[in-house]
Amino acid sequence: MASILYEVVRLTCPQVGICVSLLIFVGRKAMGISLLHLPLRFPTFTGGVHPDDNKRHTAHLKIEELSAPKKMIFPTLQNAGAPGEVVVEVGDSVKVGQLLIKQCGIISANHHCSVSGTVIAIEPHLHPCGSHVKSVIVENDEKYEVFRNIKPLGHPENLTKEEIIKAVSNAGIVGMGGAAFPTHIKLSPPSGKKINHIIINGAECEPFLTSDYRVMLEDTDELLIGCGALLKAVDASECIIVAESNKKDAIAKIKQNPIYQKNEKIKTAIVKTKYPQGGEKQLLSAVLKKEVPPGGLPADIGAVVVNIDTCAAVARSITTGMPLITRVVTVSGGAVANKRNFKVRIGTPVADAINAVGGFTAEPAKILLGGPMMGVAIHSTDIPVTKGVGAILALTEKDVGIKVTTNCTQCGKCVDVCPMNLMPTIIDRYCENFDAEMLEKLNIADCIECGSCTFICPARRDPLQRIRTAKKKINAFKK
Amino acid sequence: MHILIAVAALGATGLVLGLLLAGASKYLEVEQDERIPIIIDLLPGANCGACGYAGCAAFAQALAEGKAPVNGCPVGGAKTSEKLAKVLGVKSDSGSEKVAVVLCRGVDGAAKKKFVYEGIESCEIAHNLSGGDKVCNFGCLGFGDCFNVCRFDAIKIENGVAVIDPEKCTACGLCINACPKGIIRFKPKDKIYSVRCLSQEKGAQMKNICSAGCIACRLCEKACEFDAIKVVDNIAVIDYSKCTDCGKCFEVCPKKIIYKETAFKKMVAK
Repeated sequence: MASILYEVVRLTCPQVGICVSLLIFVGRKAMGISLLHLPLRFPTFTGGVHPDDNKRHTAHLKIEELSAPKKMIFPTLQNAGAPGEVVVEVGDSVKVGQLLIKQCGIISANHHCSVSGTVIAIEPHLHPCGSHVKSVIVENDEKYEVFRNIKPLGHPENLTKEEIIKAVSNAGIVGMGGAAFPTHIKLSPPSGKKINHIIINGAECEPFLTSDYRVMLEDTDELLIGCGALLKAVDASECIIVAESNKKDAIAKIKQNPIYQKNEKIKTAIVKTKYPQGGEKQLLSAVLKKEVPPGGLPADIGAVVVNIDTCAAVARSITTGMPLITRVVTVSGGAVANKRNFKVRIGTPVADAINAVGGFTAEPAKILLGGPMMGVAIHSTDIPVTKGVGAILALTEKDVGIKVTTNCTQCGKCVDVCPMNLMPTIIDRYCENFDAEMLEKLNIADCIECGSCTFICPARRDPLQRIRTAKKKINAFKK
Repeated sequence: MHILIAVAALGATGLVLGLLLAGASKYLEVEQDERIPIIIDLLPGANCGACGYAGCAAFAQALAEGKAPVNGCPVGGAKTSEKLAKVLGVKSDSGSEKVAVVLCRGVDGAAKKKFVYEGIESCEIAHNLSGGDKVCNFGCLGFGDCFNVCRFDAIKIENGVAVIDPEKCTACGLCINACPKGIIRFKPKDKIYSVRCLSQEKGAQMKNICSAGCIACRLCEKACEFDAIKVVDNIAVIDYSKCTDCGKCFEVCPKKIIYKETAFKKMVAK
């Protein structure tokens, strides 16, 4: 608020502006906060929107363990890329941390059992993507016996670069911010490209989500050990932990940690609270002031972006040897009374997480996996929590809002907010009257599907849905 | 005096350029097949693109060059292909005429829905979200992607399911390409029965999903004397090369998903 006020006054009247900035300076000094630690303008990208962050419901709540139910579902597809191959059979008894699904193909990941019990079926089961995906269904015996091969690998400092990447690959770690891209592939850039900067993404720009924030506060040690491991794995010169300006206390907590103080390569940065600040390319433009070329990857500018929870998972998989079997999930929204941050065993059906918060208080109009901006709507609660699911939101009619679509008035608001500097208004028209050639000229492939255009549209049109469909169509043509 | 010089100079330039143009038109003449305008007159002129060419003119060009078959225009049908064959001096082999049919009768109320869809009214976009709002994976979504592409006003959306008027359908195939569910198929125009369901769900499950779905009871298979209807992958399929339009399958079908085109029969009889 202070920074907005400052901006307004500074632009309208320089003299008053100087006085006000002096007052703010003196005021902050009086409160004991150094101006150096709190710059008035936080770095950011161009465009973006300001949805109500709704984090107040769950930000103060400690992470609680959610007990696993009887029936656990492990889909073969929990990562971006190809689904894995099932390595167990029906009737096998499995233990915590045992490999169920082995990576298969170039972009793929391992998936492990998060409980102990017996495999009761291997069949297509409803998946967050909406269709049925081959899944391993395990009956939980509630003994939680650990698989015999699980052994700590020691401290990351004593491991070589290859050993760390192999450990990450074996542990089945994928990007836990939502896209679920296998981390071991991110850490092995194509030859000739050198990674200099590791960005640990704690922006968490999606409204309602507080899982990354809680991880920063509660698992600070693991997070920083993870940073050390990643630095070693890609031989980078710096590792920057980035959070939005509404999570300053988490950054302050990290700064107090002795591991942070010992390692000079680990740095922190605060960026402006704005959606989609947590997008890979947006974060790089804010923190490094470098733009990823169109159609390129962060590796092209010598950077790699890793989610907070993923970073902590890397540390866990090395220090304990236990693969990725849990993740932090925020259960929130207007239709649930006791909102919580849960540590969920992967494979737990959504229904059990909702029962654990006491069910619905009102008829939910929409249930989302992930945030309200980029999450996917689901039509059944018999869907498992997978590695990429950061939140379960049950929204009421009021949260969802009324939707009556009218014609596009060419107001250009979507062009202003597009974080990728595309022109959603024109792209939308070419999507409606499908023209692949023009869409490629308008760089439709660069769309990160953040939904800012849909959020801002006063005519309540839905450019994102059309763009998504057109992108799929174009990709199908190319194949 | 000055004006005369100007007239003479311009006149001379005109004459030289005129002679040049006359010469150029003689030596650089592109020979066009004289049959092309005749062929264009014979074609329906809908420019629908069903033949696979950019329009009727492009198709005529391809016909004259012998690149396209004379029965390539599904809209014109047998009559056009016969006329074309005469002009081009080839044999016409038009085969049987076809019509497109929507193989779903899961109207609102009959087919169960998974959720309330509030997005953009387009089958393709709805299909991207969990395969659309109907529980059945082979259910017509009813947002009218086929209706939007049909240039012959043959498609109507009735109670949430697309219905094709066989009298207006020209078998151009645009709707078949537009349907994201792939439930619009061709059937011979002279046959009156068709199975209006494509669901491969097992009978017991199908009963829960849609009251107008094939439950694979095999009664039609048993009733058919010509071995023309078979249940494959939990769905009855008619082999039109054997079907005699006897109507036995239509009579026994408990779910009434074998559909009889009553109005159409009169037209064929004419």
